Amino acid sequence: MKNCDYSCRTAEHLLSRRRLFASLAGIGASAVMPDFGLFTSPAMAAEMTRQQKRMIVINMAGGLSQLESWDPKPGTATGGPFRAIPTSVPGLHISELLPRTAKVMHQLALIRSINTKEDDHGKGAHIMETGRRKTPAQEYPALGAVVAKALDAGGAGALPGHIVISPGGGGGRNADSAYLGPKYGSVTLGGGKPPQFSERPQGLVEDASICANDIRRKLNDRFALRRRTAQTDAYTQSFEQGLELMRQREIFDVTKESQADQDRYGSHDFGRHCLLARRLIERGITYVRVTHSNYDTHCENFNFHLEQVGEFDGPFATLVTDLAERGLLESTLIVVLSEFGRTPNINHLYGRDHWSKAWSICLGGAGIQRGAVIGKTNDNGTEVTERQVDGGHLFHTYLSALGVKSTGSFEIAGQKMPMADPAFEPIEELLI
Amino acid sequence: MPADPKLAHIATELPAEAPLMACRFDPTGKYVFATAENRSIYRWTLADGKRIAFAAHDSWMFDLMVTPDGQTLISAGGDDQLIWWPAAADAPEPIRKVKAHDGWIRALALSPDGTLLASGGNDRIVRLWNVSDGTKVREFSGAGRDIYSLAFHPNGQWLVAGDLDGKIHQWNVADGALVRSFDATPLHIFETGQQVHYGGVRALAFSPDAKWLVGGGLHKGTNPLGNVQEPLALRFEWESSKMVRQHLTDGNPNERIWAMHYHADGFLLAAAGGGKGVLVFWNEADEKPFHTFALPASARSMSVHLDGLQIATTHHDSKLRITKLAAKA
Repeated sequence: MKNCDYSCRTAEHLLSRRRLFASLAGIGASAVMPDFGLFTSPAMAAEMTRQQKRMIVINMAGGLSQLESWDPKPGTATGGPFRAIPTSVPGLHISELLPRTAKVMHQLALIRSINTKEDDHGKGAHIMETGRRKTPAQEYPALGAVVAKALDAGGAGALPGHIVISPGGGGGRNADSAYLGPKYGSVTLGGGKPPQFSERPQGLVEDASICANDIRRKLNDRFALRRRTAQTDAYTQSFEQGLELMRQREIFDVTKESQADQDRYGSHDFGRHCLLARRLIERGITYVRVTHSNYDTHCENFNFHLEQVGEFDGPFATLVTDLAERGLLESTLIVVLSEFGRTPNINHLYGRDHWSKAWSICLGGAGIQRGAVIGKTNDNGTEVTERQVDGGHLFHTYLSALGVKSTGSFEIAGQKMPMADPAFEPIEELLI
Repeated sequence: MPADPKLAHIATELPAEAPLMACRFDPTGKYVFATAENRSIYRWTLADGKRIAFAAHDSWMFDLMVTPDGQTLISAGGDDQLIWWPAAADAPEPIRKVKAHDGWIRALALSPDGTLLASGGNDRIVRLWNVSDGTKVREFSGAGRDIYSLAFHPNGQWLVAGDLDGKIHQWNVADGALVRSFDATPLHIFETGQQVHYGGVRALAFSPDAKWLVGGGLHKGTNPLGNVQEPLALRFEWESSKMVRQHLTDGNPNERIWAMHYHADGFLLAAAGGGKGVLVFWNEADEKPFHTFALPASARSMSVHLDGLQIATTHHDSKLRITKLAAKA
């Protein structure tokens, strides 16, 4: 590992916004990061809100049917049983399974012309997650890692900027940040619970913990005087971030939100997870991904979409509304994506299979034009007929909407690593 | 002539223009009807196979009924509507459209005297209608999830509905009171990995003597999204509401029961699809079937002709097939 020139002028050592929040929080009685609304100066809160870009991704795991969501084809051989309904954007119709989302479509946009040419779950997810095709030659960082790195100066002690809320399972840190390093790897909140091991063990009293960490810091500092490397910094940062997680554990606790808000989002997992995403974004987390499962409906596609999209619709529309009303949608990009869409053909099981040739996503906020519709498919949804888009275009577009120059690079150990695949470019007509 | 399931054979194939869904024989024995994924209803004349299309729904149609006199067809759509049709017309146009539910109407049942129609679906309410004029008689509530199946007790006093949760609810037709619920929860699964509810009471059948009520569907749904399950029917003693027997199949993976009929000759009959497609025949006392007939394609629905010998099934390959339970002509 190359020794780095870690002068105090590097971005790594500039005061991050989250550290600023943390410091401000430390001044008050609460150890929890404050709401923007808690700042005494509205001007200050507004400025904070304006400056920090954030991103929420809702991952419709398994492959949401574009025909039962964003690009319905009612009355055709491939259309299925559902009708299309008008939205708050004149002339724009979406599936009747999304009545509440239809009312907030003026805050959102659709891309109906995605052709990722990859029908495998893992490879399709990789394209959507990295904006690149999978290759054995190089690992690429996940979208959340790129966003967390690009938007966040985050020094040691900052909370993780890359959070993944999963429907179940445990938690922990994931190796999805490739060359950006472990600092930007996602932290999973399994079942929407706070990060694993973020409570001080019962047998360890606070004074002993403080003492142990003081000793660790002194030893680290002495070591760093002569042998500081990116690895030792990552090590130090992990410990400090761990302590910060413990100190601010409550920000991951959605039950701290008002009962009225919990009721509005619903008591099921997805509702709670959307509310948690709002809570985290409001408290300065850069990137939050929520997974809604499962849309891999080879069998009884319509029954399952009825159930799943029906569950998605309310909390998602509530989240969009809340972000808009709180002035956060201007700075927060929200994207609803999958690894691919589903076949226009309806199989003998009333199912739809994997289909990457012509499918859709929904996005909005930050630098995305409100109410826009990019691209078209043919009458029965089997082909893109206008403005074909690949995962690389999407990746560039997300970064651009967040104010990041997507053609830029990260400098990693002296080497320039493009943030997004240089073979693609943003969908400029979708950007404000 | 008594039916002999062991002589089952495909007697007729009636083609349509789209994958077929629900089907129903006309009680006079002249026609067979089926709904299709192209939002049409097809009527075939059994004597010559002549086909006529009915079209008015803005969605798929999940069930249909023909009145005992054969004059009126009523279809149930995913567009909230019930539509009354002249069943025998050459160029059928709707007689009456009724916005009956909020969401899909999945199931219909006709009272034994043919005067009342029950409908149920995704809004979890069962509604009762006058067949003669389409006016609503009353509503029945209490189901926890989508209604999948309906049946009138042979005496006409009771109405039962099976839901996605695996419950069978019994109401008093006269006053709408919920009387009791039968526990058919082996027919339901919530698959935690995929986070989906699956199964439900997809078919209901009373024995002609009303001693038994049978609910059918699936179990062992270990991969709902991937069509992994097996068929299952549960036999309840009507008097006690006690489940007395499971009816299983013999090596029919991936099938689920879509329709059931209690035959006048005393056996229980089910149409299953999802795998290769089968008709399954059980005797009252047996867990395993006494006969299974392999259909040429996965079945989606079933109707039994008044003669008890002809079984109509619908298929994804756009064909309605009539299986005859008698020796080949």
